[in-house]
Amino acid sequence: MLPLELRDVSFAINGRTLIDHVSVEIGAGPRTVILGPNGAGKSVLMRLCHGLLPASAGRIIWRGAGSADGSRQAMVFQRPVMLRRSALANVVYGLKLAGVSRAERELRAADVLDAVDLSAVSGRPARVLSGGEQQRLALARAWALNPEVLFLDEPTANLDPNATRDVESIINQICAGGTKIIMSTHNLGQARRLGDEILFLSHGRLVERSPVEQFFKQPASAEAAAFIRAELPWN
Amino acid sequence: MNDLNRAFAEAFGLIGALDAKLVEIVTLSLEVSVAAVAFAAVAGFPLGAALAVGRFRGRGSIIVLLNALMGLPPVVVGLVVYLLLSRAGPLGEFGILFTPAAMVIAQAVLVTPIIAALSRQTIEDAWREYEEQLRSLGAKRLNAAFTLLWDTRFSLITVMLAGFGRAAAEVGAVMIVGGNIDGVTRVMTTAIALETSKGDLPLALGLGIILVGLVIMVNAAANLIREAALRRYG
Ligand SMILES: Nc1ncnc2c1ncn2[C@@H]1O[C@H](COP(=O)(O)OP(=O)(O)OP(=O)(O)O)[C@@H](O)[C@H]1O
Ligand SMILES: [Mg+2]
Repeated sequence: MLPLELRDVSFAINGRTLIDHVSVEIGAGPRTVILGPNGAGKSVLMRLCHGLLPASAGRIIWRGAGSADGSRQAMVFQRPVMLRRSALANVVYGLKLAGVSRAERELRAADVLDAVDLSAVSGRPARVLSGGEQQRLALARAWALNPEVLFLDEPTANLDPNATRDVESIINQICAGGTKIIMSTHNLGQARRLGDEILFLSHGRLVERSPVEQFFKQPASAEAAAFIRAELPWN
Repeated sequence: MNDLNRAFAEAFGLIGALDAKLVEIVTLSLEVSVAAVAFAAVAGFPLGAALAVGRFRGRGSIIVLLNALMGLPPVVVGLVVYLLLSRAGPLGEFGILFTPAAMVIAQAVLVTPIIAALSRQTIEDAWREYEEQLRSLGAKRLNAAFTLLWDTRFSLITVMLAGFGRAAAEVGAVMIVGGNIDGVTRVMTTAIALETSKGDLPLALGLGIILVGLVIMVNAAANLIREAALRRYG
């Protein structure tokens, strides 16, 4: 279904413009990282792309072949919501909505929980898992759907370095399976490790789009340069 | 003061001896109210879920109406059900006026708005939290309604018990449609009203103590369930 094209997309609510005339084409392949200060509109932009919010102006088009409706996509939210049932049942739930047969659901869910190293807690209620475990479960729930595009909104916010490393390794595996990653982060080290290209957002505007190395070495915009300086030191 | 003491002593005596008449009245009360709450839940939960998740014209007015109906006076409900079930009424041919069935109907009518309104509130709060996640996973509104009903199940038990408390404690509706017939439709509240006016204070008081005890127990149970569930499921 990729590439995804945003044609002059704006989003306003209560008279405030949160996304301001963004035009961009996001293709298969390179991992896209959205950077920008708090409130820049990263989450709103991803929710627009994912189809959770209607654009106020402009168009969002999945231009590629297959799933022209953009149905083969998944999203892991900044604050994932777990259902009051077991970790396994949370994954099975997503598969059920996706129309996967009953017999296959359990198998796939068990597999993917194994892949994120949650087999040992698969029977536990999802909401009592630790933050790191819940984040991995959220990734597993999305991964099980085998999406063509996966949106990740700050997948390691509030995680410690170990948990962050686990999540990054899972994201790499998902990516290796051919899923296009579009993610936001405040961790510039992570942006470098996981990203191939950067979309830099500020006040709802797309200020800059660059390959990751270039973005950090020679940001094209003064705003991005100031942002990188302010977020230093990082590693 | 002496009268009161004697009444209390005799009341506890009746309870302690499991007085047959007392047991019969309490049993019928429980049967009627449990059945009424069961019917009210079957109607009220789907209605509450639909109002919480649905977006249709008239939704706002229905919610306002439902919230108002929570305070429906039992005697008015009793009167309306009486008119429906009386010989000349549209449902008169069933001949169930002055039977426990009529009391179940009246209490169900009384409790359905309570269960629907409270579950609407509970499910709508959950919907606010879950909406984007569920839509992202591809849930349509109908899926979402069922998912939320299940995910709020412990809060909904509390809602049901609130309905039970209301049903068990009301007197006006069952009095009118049941007729307070000894051994047939006499329940705790109607018995208390009658025995008090007759001057049989021990029986009235004994029933009153049981009724209050039941209401306290039901609320304690509701609390325990919620807390245990929160600890277990988060
Ligand atoms: N539903 C909404 N209604 C009104 N304002 C909103 C809504 N959603 C987001 N906003 C506002 O839009 C702006 C951008 O929000 P967004 O969550 O996209 O920022 P962000 O770049 O993801 O920030 P952060 O890095 O803190 O996650 C914020 O000022 C926020 O208050
Ligand atoms: Mg955000």
